[in-house]
Amino acid sequence: MKRIAFALMIVAASPVLADSNLPPAYWSNRQLPNPKQEEQAQALMAELRCLVCQGQSIADSDAELAGDMRDLVRRRIAAGEKPSAIRAWLIERYGSWISYKPTGEPAAWPLWLAPLALLLAGAWLIRRRIGFRAKS
Amino acid sequence: MSRGLRLIPIVLLVWLVIGLAWRLVKPADTAIPSQMVERPVPRFQLPAAIDGKPGLASADLATGQPRLLNIFASWCVPCVGEAPVLRELQRRGVAIDAIAVRDTPEALTAFLARYGDPYERIGADRQSAVQIALGSAGVPETFVVDGKGVIRRQYIGPLNASNIAGVLRELEQVR
Repeated sequence: MKRIAFALMIVAASPVLADSNLPPAYWSNRQLPNPKQEEQAQALMAELRCLVCQGQSIADSDAELAGDMRDLVRRRIAAGEKPSAIRAWLIERYGSWISYKPTGEPAAWPLWLAPLALLLAGAWLIRRRIGFRAKS
Repeated sequence: MSRGLRLIPIVLLVWLVIGLAWRLVKPADTAIPSQMVERPVPRFQLPAAIDGKPGLASADLATGQPRLLNIFASWCVPCVGEAPVLRELQRRGVAIDAIAVRDTPEALTAFLARYGDPYERIGADRQSAVQIALGSAGVPETFVVDGKGVIRRQYIGPLNASNIAGVLRELEQVR
């Protein structure tokens, strides 16, 4: 009986809200009036990783910190800052982890080389197969 | 195809399964450390978060004495667990400043009345802007700042009683 009551209590429980009671930042869910700037902001936000919901971009995430980062990105782009400068500013703080776009640092080299290696492996396989048929 | 080549898919599968099992047993560390450690606190100026206590500017963190900078919020549950540790550090003479992330004066006043107020200054960071500038990824976090205003260490997550000795030692070291 106790167990059932406990299970019912868990079902009825509301999750603790780990969110503040402040409204979202002004530009977090608002598009910039200048469509060109908004396009730049969108492209950058899709490539920035959310610190809370890791694996989502800040464009996708509902986390408050992601909203505040969208506000920051839009504000800076509206002020005329280049997307690459904003990305560099964030990487300076959080490391290259924050950006989905791989950098040129040695740790990312396998990532850049993998497609090339796979293409070469594919070409080698095809050559072998075709060569095999031609002989028989 | 030779025997060796035929074994490749099996080897890959075994490798994959071992990799997955390993990560299940030992999950990856998801904390994002700030790259600002060993660098000066970025320039900022935050207004007072509550009545009767001054706000916080980067200049307040370069006073010649090492200090703690605590990033917290009244809506943050682990911050409640950390409160007694910060009070104990303050009792032992540690200067602690704070940045309150996305908070209201009313909620903060109630939080400090209930869980104690170890802070000398509290800056209100209503849109996480200074938190982001510091490379902080959440609440609570605590930075050890030396007398020149250089960040020397970052604690991610709540401090607990076992951290007290280490924090005191670090503050002594960076003096």
